[in-house]
Amino acid sequence: MMEKQDTGVQPVLRAVNLTKRFGGLVAVNDVSLDIYPGEVVALAGDNGAGKSTLIKMISGVYRPDAGHIYLEGREITMASPLEARNLGIETIYQDLALCENLDATVNIFLGREPTKRLFGLFKQVDRNLMLAESNKVLDRLDIHIPNLRRPIRQMSGGQRQAVAIARAVYWNAKLVIMDEPTAALGVPEQRKVHELIHTLKRQNVPVIIISHNLQDIFAVADRIVVMRRGYKVGDVLASEVTDDDLVAMMVGSA
Amino acid sequence: MRLQTVELRSSRFWLDTLSKIWAWLFLLGMVAFFSVAGDGFLTPFNIQAILANMAILMIIAIGQTYVIISGGIDLSVGWVMGMAAVISATVMNRLPESSPLWLVVLSGLFAGLLAAWIAGLVNGILIARLNVPPFIATLGMFGIARGIGFLLSGGMPVPIYVRGLGFLGNGFLLYHHPTAGWSFLSPPPGLAQAELRNLTGYFPFVVIVMLVLLVIAHIILSRTKFGLHTYAIGGNKEAAMRAGIPVARRLVAIYLLSATFAAIAGIVYNVRFTNGAANAGEAMLLDTVAAVVIGGASLFGGAGTVIGTLIGALIISVLANGLVILRVNPFWQFIAVGIVIIIAVLIDQAREKFAQE
Repeated sequence: MMEKQDTGVQPVLRAVNLTKRFGGLVAVNDVSLDIYPGEVVALAGDNGAGKSTLIKMISGVYRPDAGHIYLEGREITMASPLEARNLGIETIYQDLALCENLDATVNIFLGREPTKRLFGLFKQVDRNLMLAESNKVLDRLDIHIPNLRRPIRQMSGGQRQAVAIARAVYWNAKLVIMDEPTAALGVPEQRKVHELIHTLKRQNVPVIIISHNLQDIFAVADRIVVMRRGYKVGDVLASEVTDDDLVAMMVGSA
Repeated sequence: MRLQTVELRSSRFWLDTLSKIWAWLFLLGMVAFFSVAGDGFLTPFNIQAILANMAILMIIAIGQTYVIISGGIDLSVGWVMGMAAVISATVMNRLPESSPLWLVVLSGLFAGLLAAWIAGLVNGILIARLNVPPFIATLGMFGIARGIGFLLSGGMPVPIYVRGLGFLGNGFLLYHHPTAGWSFLSPPPGLAQAELRNLTGYFPFVVIVMLVLLVIAHIILSRTKFGLHTYAIGGNKEAAMRAGIPVARRLVAIYLLSATFAAIAGIVYNVRFTNGAANAGEAMLLDTVAAVVIGGASLFGGAGTVIGTLIGALIISVLANGLVILRVNPFWQFIAVGIVIIIAVLIDQAREKFAQE
């Protein structure tokens, strides 16, 4: 982290001294986190370490009790996840939040559908534009889904994950947060998700991933932030630690 | 191994296709059967009678289609229709006798709509804002609208004393008489009472009203954001919310729409039968749900079309009409419709099972 600051690159996201309490429990205690362009940061930690709470503060679900969040140098406060999205912080939850009865193009544009006037009378959803734009964003991510007009229900887990990522990226996400992106996937599909994360990285979109899966973490992360009982206990380059080091930090025996 | 995949895909393809067109095929088969077996089934007169008789069912079923696609159900439609019919009949009777017909009908329509909108708004707010399950909220409104309808009418049908109203409700756009020729909107003038039986009408007004509503509702559902959001809410309400769709507002609008169509059906009943009855729509609930489900909608939400519902309503109406023409005991109609509903649901489930890999 220190060396990056030295190069003068501004972090995309700065979380400074974030704290969140639930009653007497301090779920996140004075945690600071910087995310730089094109960086993949894994958030590791045991259950209850405070990973999800930290992420929920960054994605607008919770309001921090103390601390500040800066996006591209500007301080932001978010009253809802929708506000976070509008600011460019896209969160992809484990359940992906897709409408399975609708096709990929509609899901990518859900809630922000483009319209055109029909006979100057009423505004109709512009499905052709949605298809064309969906193809563009999927190409950009190097994703190939045959027949985008099929309902999501008929797609594989990896394809669904790809649609969710495409949706985040299409809206020019400044930061993508992924919650356990490979939890429900088979091994080949996990690889595809890893490739997708690498593609995002190449496009300079920073990614935070929450994962229990050490394989995931080492496959994609540049940097690993370890949390334990609400505290940040480690912030290390992935190339400089081993599985064992990580586990030791997570359980606190280091 | 490779062969097997191909085979699986093609059987899925056929099942998918079958599930989309079976209702059409069923309808065509039925029409073919009744045309051959029933005397007088395939005549302009009878076809128009089928369409005119299903107008009320179809109009309500349009609203029910939206509701069911959104993942809900509106149990109150039949009694909201009756309540609107009673209120509109009462208002029509109160207007001075010299009022022009259009004013009478519009006043009645507006009064009925106003009452229905309150019902729809309450349904919508209960469901969208207070998270009452649609089944319960609209069951409550079922009772309330039923009670209000009967209280206002004293439990009796309200006859409407407005000249020309029945003509409007049972009238046609075009008339044809073998000797007097064609005329527009009203029968050729100067025909003797006895000659009227040779008169043929084309395009009943109520059918035109039904078709106009159907086309508008179809376009809104299939082409606008509102329509798309209706599907999204039915498919995954949570995802729709997270995507920024104003889910609560949309749901209120959907239940308002359902009540609106119920009220319009009530007014159509008024002008067709020149009376308003609280129990006018008593049979409508199950028939509308049946039409929507036969038309390919899922009771779990997220699927369905207005055109599908039209096919469903046609199947129910053609069945009723055909059985009468065949002089079959009309009670068989209930059994037949019941069987068709079960077939519809089985086909839908089979498709779902195959669609998942």
